[in-house]
Amino acid sequence: MGKIEWAMWANEQALAAGLILLTGGIVGVAGQFRDWEFAAYGVAAGVFICFLEYPRGMRNKGTSVERTGQYCLTVCVKAFGPVTRNYYVRAGLHAALCVPGAFILPTVLGCVCLAIASIIYLVAAIRGEQWLPILPKKTEKRVEMGKSIAYPPQNPPPRPPPELRRKRAEDLEGAAYVNPIAVTANE
Amino acid sequence: MGNWIINHGLSALILVVWMAINIFLFVYFYFFYDLGDQFFYTRHLLGAALAWARAPAAVLNFNCLLILLPVCRNLLSLLRGSFMCCGRSMRKQLDKNLTFHKLVAYMIGLMTAVHTVAHLLNLEWYNNSRRGLYDTLSTTLSSLEDTDNGTYLNPVRSASITPTHVAFTTIAGITGVIITLSLILIITSSMEVIRRSYFEVFWYTHHLFIIFFTGLVIHGAGRIVRSQTTTDPPHNFTICKDRPQDWGRIAACPIPQFAGGFPQTWMWVIGPMILYLFERVLRFIRYMQAVRYRKIVIRPSKVLELQLVKAGFKMEVGQYVFLNCPSISQLEWHPFTMTSAPEEDFFSVHIRSVGDWTQKLISMVEQLPDGAQGPKMGVDGPFGTASEDVFDYEVSMLVGAGIGVTPFASIMKSIWYKFKESNPKLRTRKIYFYWLCRETHAFEWFADLLQVLEKEMEERGMGDFLTYKLYLTGWDHSHAAHVMVHFDEDTDVVTGLKQKTHYGRPNWDKEFEEIRKENPTSVVGTFLCGPLALAKTLEKKCVKYSDVDPRKTKFYFNKENF
Repeated sequence: MGKIEWAMWANEQALAAGLILLTGGIVGVAGQFRDWEFAAYGVAAGVFICFLEYPRGMRNKGTSVERTGQYCLTVCVKAFGPVTRNYYVRAGLHAALCVPGAFILPTVLGCVCLAIASIIYLVAAIRGEQWLPILPKKTEKRVEMGKSIAYPPQNPPPRPPPELRRKRAEDLEGAAYVNPIAVTANE
Repeated sequence: MGNWIINHGLSALILVVWMAINIFLFVYFYFFYDLGDQFFYTRHLLGAALAWARAPAAVLNFNCLLILLPVCRNLLSLLRGSFMCCGRSMRKQLDKNLTFHKLVAYMIGLMTAVHTVAHLLNLEWYNNSRRGLYDTLSTTLSSLEDTDNGTYLNPVRSASITPTHVAFTTIAGITGVIITLSLILIITSSMEVIRRSYFEVFWYTHHLFIIFFTGLVIHGAGRIVRSQTTTDPPHNFTICKDRPQDWGRIAACPIPQFAGGFPQTWMWVIGPMILYLFERVLRFIRYMQAVRYRKIVIRPSKVLELQLVKAGFKMEVGQYVFLNCPSISQLEWHPFTMTSAPEEDFFSVHIRSVGDWTQKLISMVEQLPDGAQGPKMGVDGPFGTASEDVFDYEVSMLVGAGIGVTPFASIMKSIWYKFKESNPKLRTRKIYFYWLCRETHAFEWFADLLQVLEKEMEERGMGDFLTYKLYLTGWDHSHAAHVMVHFDEDTDVVTGLKQKTHYGRPNWDKEFEEIRKENPTSVVGTFLCGPLALAKTLEKKCVKYSDVDPRKTKFYFNKENF
């Protein structure tokens, strides 16, 4: 089975927490609950977490499975460099983000879930894991193929090798191809 | 359409029945709470959210009853045994147990969301009524107290506390939060990525179900959803709802009395919980039973063959066992397909080194002195899957991909034994066997087995009983050149078998067409042990090549799960 990569679970948990926080927030705002300002915060934090957690990181071993259409977000998240790569930062961020959720009931569940996600991220960070983007692999074969067709031959076949490709000096106009090197008539 | 019914009819029927029960429960309980007179005052405080909370609760009860059943593997085995009379399509449904488990789990997830949101609204509105933010009736209803001649309606007992406080101090609230949390953890750790790659995380987190079910049973014990009880003289809300200030003062309107609903969830789930407990006890007993090693063989390319003997162990072809090796991990049970035939006096498994557990086991066995018993092994099983139906079909089409040939080892061996004894149970006239694999090295032991069978069958003049085709999907040009050189030889260069290996993947349309032509009136059982993509292809082909006419060829699709 191999070594457990806790970050994978933390990612699922955080994404779920984001969705739950968002749902709780929407309920709080739509129902105009007391202190619904916290619910509004829940909506904002939920959306932010979903965007941050949607792109799944690369696995150390084995194939990494992307979420549908995560490429765009992967690029965005990758742009923050070490801030999004380091899981200590994520653990801290989620721990901080979850606190205001505890003040009203609709966001409490999202808050606790996020706290759990933060703990799992902490475990992942302690074990030395980090977030690496899943980017489409550039196949080297293609590059080679590109080179070979980059300069299509100018002359029609049959083609003699370039060093023999010379026009007869007596009939320069009648030749079908361009002379690669200057020719003079035989002396 | 007709073909589709042949292959999927029963599964579809089961789904329709399940969904119909869900819809019925939802609608029935929705209107029970939305229209019931006894909930008039409760509804006045809560509005539609009362029915929206109670209807999902009923559906949740039903699905929590169902969710434990598909994972009782011993129970399923028992059922399979007792369905022997009811035909194979009934038994085939039991192979889809985990799909059903997931389906029920999705329903639980959805209904939990609706239930939770509705109760969030309920608590907020109870709290608002308590604070007197609504009309006089609401305020009056909320201030009813538990006294000698009165009962409360609003569970928010003080105007100064918050809904969060209520949620964490009432039985329903706190258990609700805890079981929802454990459900969320169970769901996030069962995602495909986690389950496939980090099985331990999935497996251990799934045991939060103990907390889930404990919480679920006591969730309703607080009797927080209250309804009006009949009093003498009766309190008629149609007259009294507009004059709450007169309650208890005029004879027509005594103070209304309320009582909590009787908690029902435990009645729904107690049965499956007991069944599951039996299941776990049985697994523990199986774990304690002594298992003796008959033979330990380490085959080339890191394949370990264990021949085990256990008292009272009886197997069928293509079944699997769960093995637990306490010196590696006390809690992990790993499934292995048995490769021995029922006619043999032992059972064997072939274990390939693919993960931590198998690697540890192989290195442990390698260090054993000659003739010594292996490490203690717990065996749970056998458990039935579709392959035991192979002999029930006139014609069987077996497709094994990669490691998926293992169940067919047992089948092939068993056929051989049944032939020797000319067993009357063998209904099969013809077997088509397809073996697709990337490289044959890992399965040399299987080629050995085929070779023995081939020889045996030829000696008995039954050469055309078994048709097998080998497909090597991973090959290169040096390989092809090698084959070209040896083209004229009798046996195949890769496997040493009479049948030549094919290169690339089989053309299924051609194969199915051929089988249909050769067996124009037969019922063909198609058995696959392999990847999902192939299962989908074969399932479609089975539908495509089946005839609705009962006298003509029909293909039934069966898949072995891993």
